[in-house]
Amino acid sequence: MSDPIIKIQNMNKWFGDFQVLKNINLEVEANKKIVVCGPSGSGKSTLIRCINRLEEHQEGDIIVDGNELSEKTKDIEKIRAEVGMVFQQFNLFPHLSILDNCTLAPIWVKKMPKKEAQELALDQLKKVQIDDQANKFPGQLSGGQQQRCAIARALCMQPKIMLFDEPTSALDPEMIKEVLDAMVSLAKGGMTMIVVTHEMGFAKEVADEVIFMDEGMIVEKAETKEFFANPKSDRTKLFLSQIL
Amino acid sequence: MQTFNFLKPNRDNIKNYSIIGSILVLVSLIDVISNAFLKINLTFFLPGSLTYLFPLILGLMGLNMMRIDYSGNKTLDLLNKNINTNNFNALLTLLILFSVIKVLPQSLSWMILDATISGDSKDACTGTGACWTYIKVWFRRFMYGMYPNEFHWRINTAFILVIALGFVGYFMKENLKKYLALYYVIIYPVIAYLVIYYLISGGSFGLQWVETGAWGGLSLTFIVSFFCLIFCFPLGMIFALGRRSNLPAIKYISICYIEFWRGVPLITVLFMSSVMFPMFLPEDFFMDKLVRVIIAITLFEAAYCAEVIRGGLQSLPRGQYDAAKSLGMGYWKMHIFVILPQALKLVIPGIANTFLALVKDTPLIFVVGLAELAGMLALAKTNPKWLGFAMEGYIFASIVFWIICYAMSKYSYNLEAKYKTER
Repeated sequence: MSDPIIKIQNMNKWFGDFQVLKNINLEVEANKKIVVCGPSGSGKSTLIRCINRLEEHQEGDIIVDGNELSEKTKDIEKIRAEVGMVFQQFNLFPHLSILDNCTLAPIWVKKMPKKEAQELALDQLKKVQIDDQANKFPGQLSGGQQQRCAIARALCMQPKIMLFDEPTSALDPEMIKEVLDAMVSLAKGGMTMIVVTHEMGFAKEVADEVIFMDEGMIVEKAETKEFFANPKSDRTKLFLSQIL
Repeated sequence: MQTFNFLKPNRDNIKNYSIIGSILVLVSLIDVISNAFLKINLTFFLPGSLTYLFPLILGLMGLNMMRIDYSGNKTLDLLNKNINTNNFNALLTLLILFSVIKVLPQSLSWMILDATISGDSKDACTGTGACWTYIKVWFRRFMYGMYPNEFHWRINTAFILVIALGFVGYFMKENLKKYLALYYVIIYPVIAYLVIYYLISGGSFGLQWVETGAWGGLSLTFIVSFFCLIFCFPLGMIFALGRRSNLPAIKYISICYIEFWRGVPLITVLFMSSVMFPMFLPEDFFMDKLVRVIIAITLFEAAYCAEVIRGGLQSLPRGQYDAAKSLGMGYWKMHIFVILPQALKLVIPGIANTFLALVKDTPLIFVVGLAELAGMLALAKTNPKWLGFAMEGYIFASIVFWIICYAMSKYSYNLEAKYKTER
């Protein structure tokens, strides 16, 4: 058993008086794929936003790739560069072309030569099958294409971990498939992934473990087969019966 | 409205109705035009008050006859949709048309037909029209202020040089493009300052020293506006970012700065800068009045710029910040590459607004004894040899300011169109 790449211990987080995350304990080993599911407002997005410190936690420890995240963490940018993130609303930079979206961070954060960055970007865009759109602007692309571009953009930083925050929730049913396909092939390539999603088909196909969250707590955490075959808590059973 | 019903057209007879209607409107227009231009009263046979109302009644009847929901005739439909939707709008249309026609002959004859432009003294202006001779004689003063006539070429050369330097950015090589912002924010103003200092101020290279008190006219308007515009924008940007900073010290300093400068009138700021400020300086420290005024206006307008830019920053969705952060960008990289390009694009109209206001605020420097275009006008107005020509002067000044401001607003529209991308 190797050392976990992400380790969360006794983590608590509040928004004002409201406690969104309660006593979270989680270990993710390298190359594992974790799917986080649960009803809306259960804190799953907040949890993964804490992993690259887009949200700050108040209690407990989060250790990512050997670095502890806290107020004292000086080079949080370095840790974030190792952790890619894909958002529900894509969040592409609308003033830059698809190619520039992908090369911006490698050039300015990783100090990669421009040519090299462009080759890398085209390579990643090809993997998600939108290399022919490289010179268009995000506003000219469909939602599915934008989300695939967002995945490529995150991959251009060559991260060790990828976080997905409901990547298909803002998409038409037809486009969900193309995004999920890109994610499946990424998973098969051996990336460490934490995915917040309601796509249970995706969870069954690629996830090693499934986590069910409710009201800020991890209610159930089990291997994928086990999770779907015989869920332990009643809350999980209810959720699964509604979603499947 | 029973009486008017017989005037209502339908789709079958609209052709006849519209012909009769337009003839009626035409007659009413001819009546007003002949009255205004030729001073002939076509309806002299009518009793007094009816003479005035006659064209109005005729026009209203005509427009009423032409009014129909849909006729199929493009011109007629356009007319009905925009200026002839109901009786009230028809009335307004006619009144505006008539007033324009009434005013036109007087203003035309005053400004052009009866105006004088020949000669070079007040005696040439004997007619009843405008005295453009006054503008002609004072033209150099209005442009260059009290600057000695034989040195005007220095101002011209300096301006041409500064404008030419401004275009350098367009011809920069591809690999130097990333220094563009640096060039415009720091290098360009410094070079422009040196050019203006050595050429217009003089004092070295065999050029005679001309003190800033003698500068004036439109050239001074340009100098003050130029430096204020170029400095207040980056300063405003800094305070806009500062106000949104997470660091309390920076945040509250920015808030205090912005609220202070927005709270005081520009005229008091200018007064302070020229009267109070030197008292606090050491004896041997000298700062030119013009420089002090430019600094004062810059600091003042920077506060306005800051709030405009902050509006742009606030309108960006949080996701843009999240995405930039998640890619490992720090505060400065995130703002330079992701946030500011988008925010500044959004605030182009607001910034143009502030800049136009700035240019039109420059006449206020008259209170500290600097006479730019409007200031020169005020001086010329009180010249005993040329009393009584304030009107011509102010019309001239408004035309000049309008041209400057219109050019600026046109430029801002172009910028908007250039940087428009779909979200």
